[in-house]
Formats: sequence, structure tokens, C-alpha cells
Amino acid sequence: MSTGPSDCRILPGRPQVTDHDTPEDFDEHLEDLPLDPLPLDAWHRARGARMVPFAGYDMPIQYEGIVAEHNWTRENAGLFDVSHMGQLLLSGPGLDAAVEAVLPIDLSTLKLGQQRYSLLLDEDGGVLDDLMVSRWPDALYLVVNGATKWDDIGTLREALPDDITLNHLDEHALLALQGPKAADALARHTAGEYPLSALTFMRFGRFTIAGHDVTIARAGYTGEDGFEISLPAAAAEDIATLLCAEPEVQPIGLGARDSLRLEAGLPLYGHDMSPETSPIEAGLIFGINKRRRSEGGFPGADRIIRDIAEGTTRKWVGLKIEGRLPAREGAEVFSGTDRVGTVTSGGFSPTLGAPIAMAYIASSHTAPGTALEVDVRGKRLSATVSPTPFVPHRYFRGS
Amino acid sequence: MTRYFTDEHEWIDVEDGIATVGITEYAQGQLGDIVFVELPETGALIEQGKDAAVVESVKAASDVYAPITGEITEVNPALEDDPALVNSAPEDDGWFFKMTIADEGELDGLMDEDGYQAFIEAL
Repeated sequence: MSTGPSDCRILPGRPQVTDHDTPEDFDEHLEDLPLDPLPLDAWHRARGARMVPFAGYDMPIQYEGIVAEHNWTRENAGLFDVSHMGQLLLSGPGLDAAVEAVLPIDLSTLKLGQQRYSLLLDEDGGVLDDLMVSRWPDALYLVVNGATKWDDIGTLREALPDDITLNHLDEHALLALQGPKAADALARHTAGEYPLSALTFMRFGRFTIAGHDVTIARAGYTGEDGFEISLPAAAAEDIATLLCAEPEVQPIGLGARDSLRLEAGLPLYGHDMSPETSPIEAGLIFGINKRRRSEGGFPGADRIIRDIAEGTTRKWVGLKIEGRLPAREGAEVFSGTDRVGTVTSGGFSPTLGAPIAMAYIASSHTAPGTALEVDVRGKRLSATVSPTPFVPHRYFRGS
Repeated sequence: MTRYFTDEHEWIDVEDGIATVGITEYAQGQLGDIVFVELPETGALIEQGKDAAVVESVKAASDVYAPITGEITEVNPALEDDPALVNSAPEDDGWFFKMTIADEGELDGLMDEDGYQAFIEAL
């Protein structure tokens, strides 16, 4: 029997080193390096986590089991360690204009305390990464994917003028507390100028937890109400322990993070998006802010504007699959004998008790309710194009 | 009845010339929540080490290999409706299939219970 999660790739993203002669030597050098421990490495192990290599680190894939952790998060609150992600701070003269030349964001409408989803695109409009951008006083704070952060830093450094400072906040950890009881649990420990309940979805603020300065955004990757907490690495064990002592909170691994985001219809970079996909195909037009769709002036703008005007030949859509056999990344999708697409993320939905998937499908076959078939090891499974999210989002947009 | 184990985490009970095959407690723990088991066709002739079944957990698909060469005589019908039996009772009610034993000599290369325990402790 061979085991091993297909969704965990070892991507040794690391800072550039110079003591190599050829790219081959460089790769070998990387493979010899041990993985960096994240601030909570020992904390996870002490709680019985199964650790797997992910984005160049050892990360907890599960503690008691993916389904139990998934359901706990949907009903209570789950604490996710996402410290592998890159936290970047940009500052300097002419910051907004400089960043708008790199990202398709409209910074004129991003006010202090607001966070927004954006995309790092290449010159062909392919997706290099997806990220969050927050307006801090005199700075923009970015959260980028762990597996791509070193490349992102390189891309941004190259594209931004020299007088823009890029700070990698690698002494900071990132925790996500997600679920319908997250707000109650977290509010018991936060102090600040205003109560935690003043934050609505995609807003952030400065707070203290047990005397530590933290930044809390009301956002996440599960479809539930929840928070992402940026904190000093040295405070990570303290704060994680404090939060997990709350009756509503349990630590949750990457396995459930993936099944939760899939039910929420949220894309995973490197699987659902890549340099080979356009954000318009992926339905991420909201990541191209309205003013930028007409003005352009960002990498790949020609292709993006053309995709918006003319439509795309394929679209990223949800599939509900009959039976219990999951269709995973790479499974081919058919309409009769015609191959019409490929699954990019798929698995078993604990909430629905059935397999679900996301796939790029020829646009002519993407109307909700369209009957298709997915090939899994030679078996043809009946599938139906389904609206997403598969499980409704429950973001807190104000009471 | 004699129980053998493979280094691919299958167990094999041999009784009256028929082998019953399943995956071990250790294996189910590694796989996590099992949502589907794809079993071979009855009558299929499978060689030792070749794909015999697929276990789908929430996180991944994993192959189960034939521990010995033989013909599939029966598959566990309970797994179709309740694949989680592999999690709850991997070494009895969660068995996968029964097969003939084409070559008794293949059993000699397998581990006994003590040998398997030592094997997983070393992992």
C-alpha cells in the first residue's frame, strides 16, 4: 500500500543563495537542506499532530482526523497554523502608484483598516500567486502563499522601484481562528481601541492578546466567519495555547483546511490557478478591480481585458459527483465521448457526505445543472455542474 | 489459522487454502477517514505486488497491492455501504477480499505478527 497525500508537495522555497555554479547544483543544495521549523513546530508535535512536508516546512496535516476536525470547524472554532505563508510589508514614496503598476488593485478605494483580495500576474496574465493586501498607516501589508513567497519577493523586488522598501516579516507567525464560535472565543482575549466585534469581513485592526501586540483581520479560507491573527513568532506558543484552552477551540490541520476551502469553493494556488490559467477563467474577476479593468496598466492587462470582453473558452466550475468515489486533481471530464475539462481540486465533502470537485470545463458545458462524466481509473462517474460555494459562506458582514 | 503481514501494511489470514486480505490498524491510522474502497472483480487473477484495490480517504487515494498471487474468490460486500469499517475494524470486519494461494512459497517471504510490530516500530 502506498500512502501520501497528493495535495502536499515539497516546494523548497528558500532565499537565494549565491554559492552555486549551475542551476543543477543549486537544486541539489536545496534538497540537502533540512526543513526550517516553524514557530509552532514543537507545539503541534506535542498535541499529536502528524507532520508532513509542505511549502518547505514541516506542517501539521491532522491531529485527531480530518473529518472530525472539519466538522469541528463548521460547528465550533478551529485554530490553524498558517505561519508558512509570507507576510510582507511595503512602504516608501509613491507607494500606491508603484503597487498599482504590479497588482490589478484599485488602491484609491482601499482605506485604512481594509483588506482586499488581489493577484500577482505575469506579463501574459497568468497567475503567479493570489494574495491579500491590507492598508496599514503609511504601508501596505501583504499575505502571500507559503510555497510561492520567495518567488513573490523576487517578482515584487524586481518590479517595484528601489525606493519602495519590502520587509519580509519572517519573525511573525500567522494563526487563523475559523468557525461560528471563533468570535466568542477570541473576544475573551482581545483588548484594543475598539471591540473585536467592530471588525466586519475583510477589515482588520490592532489588538493585544495576553499583552502581545497582534494584528487581527476578519477573514479566512474556510467559508466560515473567522480571523487571521498576525503575531510575533515568540508569542505564537503562548497565544495558540491560550486560544486552544477555550472550550470552542481545537487545533486543525492542513487536511481539513483543504476540505473546508473546497466546500467553500475557494481556489488553491498551484492547483486551481497557475501561470497557465487566467484569473478570468477562474472566476476571479473580483481580483481585478473595476477601475483597473478599464485603465489597465498592470502585468498581463491586455490579456485580462480581452478575456473580460470576449469571454474565455473554459471556466472553473464546481462539480457534484454521484456515489462515494472522489475524483481528484487531474481527473478528466467528459461530455459523452468529448473530453471537456480537467479536475483541479477534488475530494470528499464531509458536510455534504458526497464527493465534490472543481474543474476547468469548456465554457459551452458550464451552465449549472449540466450533466457530465468524470473518469476515475477507467470508471465514468456521473457529475453535475454545481454553483459554488458547495456549503454557504457565513462571513460576518455586520449585525 | 495463520496471519501474515506485508511491508505494504496488508494482513493475510490463511485458512483451508484461502487467503483473506485486509489492511492493518497502522495503515488505517495513516490513511485517516476512509470514504470509498474500490475492490477487485471476483474471478480476477492478480499477481503478487500488483494493484488489487484502491482505498480513498478524505485526503488521498492509496493503492493496495496483492500480497500473494491468486484468484479473487470473494470481496467484502459490507465495504460498499460502510467503507468506514476499514477504520473501525481494519483487522476483522473491514477485510477487503479473499483469494486462492497460487504459490504457498510466496507466504514464506511475509512477516508474522511480531515481525510486523517490529517493522512498524522502526518506521
